[in-house]
Amino acid sequence: MDAHLQTFIQQLLNGVVWGSIYALIALGYTMVYGILRLINFAHGDVYMFGAFMGYYAARLFHVDQRPGVMGTILVFACSMAAAGLLGFLIERGAYRELRKGSRTVAYMIIGTAIFAAFNGAALHLAGGAAVLFGAAGFVAGGIGGVFLERNKRHAPSTSRLTALITAIGVSLLMENGGLLVFGADPKFFPQILPSRELNLGGIMVNSSLLIVLGVALFLMFALRFLVMHTRAGKAMRAVSFNRDAASLMGIPTDHIISLTFVGGSMLAAAAGILVGLANPKIDPLMGIMPGLKAFVAAVLGGIGNIPGAVLGGLIMGISETLVVAYVSSTYRDAIAFALLILILLVRPAGLLGTHVAEKV
Amino acid sequence: MLEIRGLDVYYGAVHALKGVSVRVEQGEVVTLIGANGAGKTSLLRAISGLVKPRAGSLKFEGRELGGMEPHDIVKLGLSHAPEGRQIFANMSVHENLELGAYLRKDSRGVHDDQERIFTLFPRLREREKQGAGTLSGGEQQMLAIGRALMSRPRLLLLDEPSLGLAPILVREIFKTIREINQDGMTVLLVEQNAHLALKAANRGYVLETGTVKFEDEASRLASNEEVRKAYLGG
Repeated sequence: MDAHLQTFIQQLLNGVVWGSIYALIALGYTMVYGILRLINFAHGDVYMFGAFMGYYAARLFHVDQRPGVMGTILVFACSMAAAGLLGFLIERGAYRELRKGSRTVAYMIIGTAIFAAFNGAALHLAGGAAVLFGAAGFVAGGIGGVFLERNKRHAPSTSRLTALITAIGVSLLMENGGLLVFGADPKFFPQILPSRELNLGGIMVNSSLLIVLGVALFLMFALRFLVMHTRAGKAMRAVSFNRDAASLMGIPTDHIISLTFVGGSMLAAAAGILVGLANPKIDPLMGIMPGLKAFVAAVLGGIGNIPGAVLGGLIMGISETLVVAYVSSTYRDAIAFALLILILLVRPAGLLGTHVAEKV
Repeated sequence: MLEIRGLDVYYGAVHALKGVSVRVEQGEVVTLIGANGAGKTSLLRAISGLVKPRAGSLKFEGRELGGMEPHDIVKLGLSHAPEGRQIFANMSVHENLELGAYLRKDSRGVHDDQERIFTLFPRLREREKQGAGTLSGGEQQMLAIGRALMSRPRLLLLDEPSLGLAPILVREIFKTIREINQDGMTVLLVEQNAHLALKAANRGYVLETGTVKFEDEASRLASNEEVRKAYLGG
């Protein structure tokens, strides 16, 4: 086979692997957006959290010393369960309160996040001082929240802007919390599966790449099946289409929203471990860039649209890898946003999105 | 069966219902008529829990509904076909009916009820696998009513079933409402088409800017001079 063609196919495969990881993260963005019309900016950090939970599970159960399939399944299960719980708590603690018209929790989170950010960026505090600082932010935010809550002129708080800023607050909180708990130094994700180089008709492929691809595809099809054919999935589609009408069918909409956060977070956690398999370095800020790109991928494909998120993720991964291989790695991050601008100019609702008139 | 007393509903600063009292007895068709913005839809939304009333009581078979979540109200045997149909246009006719029976566990009974709805509206049977968004306006209305019936309610709330439909379809829908009622269903019907609504109903209420203006037997309302002038075109 021609050497150029071989390189191209190898790069393409890399692109598909990265693309499927972006797609898994993008699914969480798009599911939450579909159901709440909210960009959950903390989603990239759930992916980070998933990677760390996988790391600790692998160490706890000594999968790093005895790599194998059973151990790997255990790592996935632990990490996805922990991230699912985290997603549940984020929705329950921050967004549900906002939806029901209470801002107090939101202010607490924003307050903590701002203080935590200050602490991380400007003051270089460590350990106990950082915790104290964060707690001060929490209290300050809470007092602000209660105060504004009392003052009913600020009452109509179902604003999307408040929700969006809260989401950014949750994200900052998790990043700084991650720095505090997991430490700022990158960790090496252990090898939980034996891997070797395979020769597929002249193309050299690491077996872990194929595993990443296989697991990602499996999860995407599992999600599709759940959403299309199960009772909960149908309820999810109904809530996402029209929440009031869904509640008139007897669908407990709050439970379905929780379920959406849990499901999206589990997919993000799986993506976190898959990244650990393909590129074994994890740190508390690892969620920022992939989170942003997965968000762009979801918008590219048409936000709220599940196949769109997968398509967007693949386009993103492939174009990024090809740009790195053939142009310059400098443009790696720029390509995501260039693509976004380009596609939104031509199709403002995204590739598979349909334009929905804003309901008044 | 349904007893509403002194109900106050606000949308932000707008006082949509001001001390409204309405009563529906078992087996009746009761209609709420009135102009746009009179509060008819707000009343239905308050009954099914979509808006929380600020004051007053809402009792269904003796149980207070105020403060309950919509999905718990459906469990009690109350079903609401909302204004503008609000069918799930991204799903098939079959899936819409299935969602109507979301709370039911008896798959056999659900299947029988779907058959019953297909007998009521044969056109839905022809379109069972079709996307609900591709249906005509009349078919969508049939689906909205059918979907509301799938939870096997004892009280059916219908919001403007005639909205935007050709006269022939409107008559068909009203004929079905009478049929459903004869099978024992209690119906609370909101309508702008006062003429047809008063014909179909036993009793009626006239709402005006959030208050009950008249309340009487439907036939007596239809011959009331003021009602005739304001709502029946003289």
